[in-house]
Amino acid sequence: MSTGHLELSGVGIDFPSPKGPFTALQDVNLKIEKGEFVSLIGHSGCGKSTVLNIVAGLHQATTGGAILDGKEVNEPGPERAVVFQNHSLLPWLSVYKNVELAVKQTSNGRSKAEMKDWVHHNLELVHMTHALDKLPSEISGGMKQRVGIARALAMEPKVLLMDEPFGALDALTRAHLQDSLMEIHAELGNTVIMITHDVDEAVLLSDRIVMMTNGPAATIGEILDVKLDRPRDRLALADNPEYNHYRHEVLTFLYEKQKKVESVDKHKKKEESSEKVVTDQTDSNAA
Amino acid sequence: MFKQAVMPTTGGLSQVGEKLKQLSTALALPLLGLVCFLGLWNAAAQNIDTSLGQFPGPVQVWEQSKNLLNEHQAEVAKAEAFYERQEQRNEARMAKDPDYVPKIRPYTGAPTFFQQIWTSLGTVATGFFIASIIAVPLGILCGLSKSAYAAINPLIQLFKPVSPLAWLPLVTMVVSAVYVSNDPMFSKSFITSAVTVSLCCLWPTLINTAVGVSSIDKDLINVSKVLRLNPINHVIKIVMPSSIPMIFTGLRLSLGIGWMVLIAAEMLAQNPGLGKFVWDEFQNGSSASLARIMVAVLAIGIIGFLLDRLMLVIQKQVSWDKSATLR
Repeated sequence: MSTGHLELSGVGIDFPSPKGPFTALQDVNLKIEKGEFVSLIGHSGCGKSTVLNIVAGLHQATTGGAILDGKEVNEPGPERAVVFQNHSLLPWLSVYKNVELAVKQTSNGRSKAEMKDWVHHNLELVHMTHALDKLPSEISGGMKQRVGIARALAMEPKVLLMDEPFGALDALTRAHLQDSLMEIHAELGNTVIMITHDVDEAVLLSDRIVMMTNGPAATIGEILDVKLDRPRDRLALADNPEYNHYRHEVLTFLYEKQKKVESVDKHKKKEESSEKVVTDQTDSNAA
Repeated sequence: MFKQAVMPTTGGLSQVGEKLKQLSTALALPLLGLVCFLGLWNAAAQNIDTSLGQFPGPVQVWEQSKNLLNEHQAEVAKAEAFYERQEQRNEARMAKDPDYVPKIRPYTGAPTFFQQIWTSLGTVATGFFIASIIAVPLGILCGLSKSAYAAINPLIQLFKPVSPLAWLPLVTMVVSAVYVSNDPMFSKSFITSAVTVSLCCLWPTLINTAVGVSSIDKDLINVSKVLRLNPINHVIKIVMPSSIPMIFTGLRLSLGIGWMVLIAAEMLAQNPGLGKFVWDEFQNGSSASLARIMVAVLAIGIIGFLLDRLMLVIQKQVSWDKSATLR
């Protein structure tokens, strides 16, 4: 039996709740090759972040587990660096110091000068060398996320885990960062797992798109191989029938096959006010 | 054109109006409050007759504060004269007999009001320092570990409301029993007062630090986990900077309480500070005593305010978030 670079087998997780254990994930099986860019997509609350946190080691799977290069993942570590949705830079450290902290923790026997070069190198990758001494509060949201990515890259991770990295950004900044991420991925060839809500983002960036079913007891519904040539250009792809086919596949999965979440929401709202139901139904029909 | 010509003047006028408004809220209103207070105080004082004479109004208190200053200057001059005489005497003896070892005796005059203020400040600083070096680490521990918090919380709740007056007899006896030395560096009354202050101003720092540490952004804790920071680095690089605002809130509350408690502690422990001054004046019972105590009351208030400002300045220096409004 061949094992991949990163393998999730039979992963399930229960969270304690007042009504007994709540099964958030069940039987998630996924093999990821080295250098692969994988997106996790699904509706809110389907456990995408939980999968990522299990790989990161921030959550412990109740059943099954994640194996990275033949070693089981039990705790968080820099070889599985995380880019958090809200950048999570330390607000009291400058851009340089934020990255430096990560470099110092994973120094790999570097000398002081080498560490300095390495910090600069990673900030250069994300085009942030102009703001080395700025505090996170002094730079824009997109820039913060760039620094967050530089910090993660500086740890030289085997797997880069990105939890909706561009979710909090405006569309233009997001597109800009997606291009940067593609550049970096092409240059470094990291293995990347990225969570996203954005269908275009998933198709544009990924080698494979993992589509998750709705919770509770969420699992992998379908996996879509995206066989578009790299480097990919968002403008050229906009009219590409293949690209649109992939987009369509993901949209179909989300809004036809896994439409259920809509009616669950509707059910909840029904309890709140019976008047709103009519509009909700038209809403979900439109979707 | 007409509009353009008029606009700047009205703009200028409204700006001046705005400035005046700001000035009035910044200066005039506090001044008004103060004047009203002085008026009410004066009126009330004239209608209160005590066994030590009429209750002092603002004028008498002002007189006494000048008196206290004069007494201080006189006492300082006397002390200087004493040391000068002593030096001359010693020099003369040395000139006669080269083997003579000069004796230097300290001046034994009673401490003045201003010297007592310094004693009080030293005592409260000592007590506050002891409390802080215990409370901050303990608070961090409580904030990091739910078990530690569960273990320590009942003790906090139990001892937090205890008055300094209840602690004082116990502390006095313990200090007398434990602090035994032929050549003590500190007087017992000083240590008793300082320890009592510590026992009372431990709690706000402890509680606020624990709350601050336990409410650190979860993402930052995850960052620390991913980076595998060791516990010491975790505390220094993540926990302390995050909880600085709450730690300082606690420290400021603690210092305020410490200063309040100190007066009571000094009164009973007879530590030569402001508390003893108030007590001595009360025992003295002269016609000026009440006015002199009132001077002490105002001095205590002003110093308490200045101590809080001092902490604010330190907080501004230490805080990384320069945009935060601190008050």
